[in-house]
Amino acid sequence: MFRLENVTKHYSRRGETVTALRGADLTISDGQYVAIVGPSGSGKTTMLSLLGGMLSPTTGKVWLDETSIYDLPVSARSVLRSQRMGFVFQTFNLVPYLTALQNVQIPLCLQGQSAADQEQRAVELLARFGLADRLQHRPSELSIGQQQRVALARTLVNDPRIILADEPTGNLDPESREVVLDAFDAAHREGRTIVVVTHDPVAAGRASRALTLRAGELTDSGANHEHHEFPQRRSA
Amino acid sequence: MTLRSMIWHELRSRPWTVLSNSLAILLGVAALVAIRHITVHSEQEVSQQLSQLGANILVLPQEATLQDYYAADQNGGTIPEEHVSEIYLAGLTGVEQVSARLNVPANLGGLDITLTGILPQSELEAQNAWQTTALFTAPKAHEGCKKAKLSTTDLESPESLVTHRAIQNLKPDELVLGADVAERSAFSAGDTLELLGRTFTILGILPTTGTVDDSRVFAHLHTVQDASGSGPVCNAIEVIGCCEDAAGDLVPDLRKLLPNTKVVTISQVVQTQVGVNRLMANTSLLVLVVLVVVGGASLAGAIAANVRERRREIGTLMALGATPSFVQRLFLGKALILGLTAGTLGCLIGLATAIVAGPAWADVTVSVLPMTSLLAVLMATGLAIVSAWWPARQAAALDPCLCFQEV
Repeated sequence: MFRLENVTKHYSRRGETVTALRGADLTISDGQYVAIVGPSGSGKTTMLSLLGGMLSPTTGKVWLDETSIYDLPVSARSVLRSQRMGFVFQTFNLVPYLTALQNVQIPLCLQGQSAADQEQRAVELLARFGLADRLQHRPSELSIGQQQRVALARTLVNDPRIILADEPTGNLDPESREVVLDAFDAAHREGRTIVVVTHDPVAAGRASRALTLRAGELTDSGANHEHHEFPQRRSA
Repeated sequence: MTLRSMIWHELRSRPWTVLSNSLAILLGVAALVAIRHITVHSEQEVSQQLSQLGANILVLPQEATLQDYYAADQNGGTIPEEHVSEIYLAGLTGVEQVSARLNVPANLGGLDITLTGILPQSELEAQNAWQTTALFTAPKAHEGCKKAKLSTTDLESPESLVTHRAIQNLKPDELVLGADVAERSAFSAGDTLELLGRTFTILGILPTTGTVDDSRVFAHLHTVQDASGSGPVCNAIEVIGCCEDAAGDLVPDLRKLLPNTKVVTISQVVQTQVGVNRLMANTSLLVLVVLVVVGGASLAGAIAANVRERRREIGTLMALGATPSFVQRLFLGKALILGLTAGTLGCLIGLATAIVAGPAWADVTVSVLPMTSLLAVLMATGLAIVSAWWPARQAAALDPCLCFQEV
C-alpha cells in the first residue's frame, strides 16, 4: 500500500532549516494497523501529512500502490484523499455552522454524490455511532465524546481504505477513547489500513505495528506484542 | 449538502457580519440608482421641454445671465420694445413668431406675484401689417422647413401661453393666471380682481407647468408698462424660428441687427441648465465610484478576514478531499451571494428613494429604468466577485496541513 523511499522533509523557520524527517524508508502493507509514536516535535504529524498527500517531501518518493503521490497535481491528490482516505483529528475539526448530519455528509458532497444518497449514508453512520437523535445538532450542542463520534462517522462515511488519525484519543475521556479505539479495531477487522499518530500508550497498544520517530529518525519497532489478532476491549 | 448549501449555512450562521460586509456596496448601489434615476428623468424632462419649445431665441439685455430659461426674462434689465418692430422690419428668414415680455412685481390680495406683460399676436400682426407695407420686408419662409407655421387658432386659448409661449388675443383689462397663483388666491376664470390699481377680468387659468410661469400673472404688455410706469420697454423678446436650422441662422442675424442685446438660443439656455445638472451628476458619480471602490475594498477585506478565520476549516475540507477549485468557489460563491443581495436591496432602496424624492428634488416623476437597475445589480455582483477573487485564491492555496494544528 504505502511505500516511502528515502523521504526527507526540511522546514525553513525564520532562516533556520529544521529536519522533520530524515531519509525515511518504510512500507505499510494493505490492512495494517500502524501506530506512530514519539515525543512532541519528532515529526509524527509530518509523517501523517506526507502519507495523506498534503505535504510534499523535500526529497524522496511516497507511493500509494503504484502511484507516486507527489507526482500528481494538487487537485488529483485531493481526489485521491476523497476516494481512498479518511482522517481523524485530535480536535475533531467539525465545521461549526453545520449540523452533525451535514458534517458527515461533507466527504460525500465532495465526491459529488446526490443529496438523497448523502443523507441516507450519513444517517446510517450516525445511527451506528449512537447519534440518531442528534442529527440536527450543531457541534457546539454536542458533548466532546459525541463530537468525536460525529468525526468518526465523517471519516468512515466514504468507506475509505485508509484511515489516518492524528492523536485521535488526545482530548477524550476514557469512555470516549474506548469508542474511538473500538471503531478503529472494527475498521481494521474490515481490512482497512490504519495509521495512528499518538502519545497515548493505550491507543498505540491496539495497533499491530509500532513505529517510533525521534528527531526525524524513523525506527520500526515491528509487530506490537500487545496487539491481539482480534482486539479486545481494554480499560483505560 | 452542496457547495451552495454550505455557503448558505455559513452566511446564515453570522447574519450581522454579512450585513456589515455588504453595507458599503448596498449604500453605494442605492445612491447610484437613486441619482441615476433622478438625473435621467430630469434630462428627459429638459429634453421634452426643449422639444416643446422648438427653435426659440431669446433677445435679452446685455447684462442678463443664463440660469433658467423660464426665468430669463426676470433679470431686471430692459430693452426697448421697438426691437420687436425692428425684428419684423428686418424681414429675417425663418421668423415665425415674436413675443415681448416685461415683468414687474405686484401684490395680489397679500400674495407676492410677478406680473408679466405680453403682447398678443393679433396686435403684433396688425403692427407688422401696418409697418411692413411691402411684401419684400415681410419675414421670409425658411427654405426646406417642414414645420407647419402656427395658425391663429393654435394661439386662441390661454393655454397657448404654456404650449406656444404666445397668445392670439388679450385685451388691456384681461389677465391670465398661473396655476399656483390661481390656487393660492382662489380666483377662477371670469372673476374680476384689482391689481396695481386697475380692475381686470380673468380670461383663463394656465395648467401647471412646474416652472416659474406657475407663479406669474399675465397681462397686456402696454397695460403693465402703464401701470408700472416703466415706459415702452420689455425685459426679453422671444423669437420663435420655424425650425432648428432657422434658429441657427437667425442668431447671427439678430446679433447684427440688435448689437446692444444678448441673443441666445433656447438650446444655449437649457444647455446651461443641463450643464449644471451634468456637473452635479458627474460629481455624484465620482463620489459613488469612490463609494463603490470603498465597498469593494471593504468586501475584499471581509472575505480575507473570513479566510483567515476559517483556515482550519479549509484545511479540514482539503484533507477530506476538497480541491483548490472547490475552496475557491466556496468564497467566490459567498461573494456572489453578498454582491447580488446587496445589489438587489440597494437597487430597491435607491428606486424607492428616487420615486419618493424625485418630485421634491428635481420636480420630476421617476419611473423604474430596468436597464439602469439591472446594470447596478450586475455591477455590484461583479464588484463583489472581483473583490473576493484574491482572498479566494489565497484560500485555495492554503496548506491542508492546517487541519492538524492545535486550535
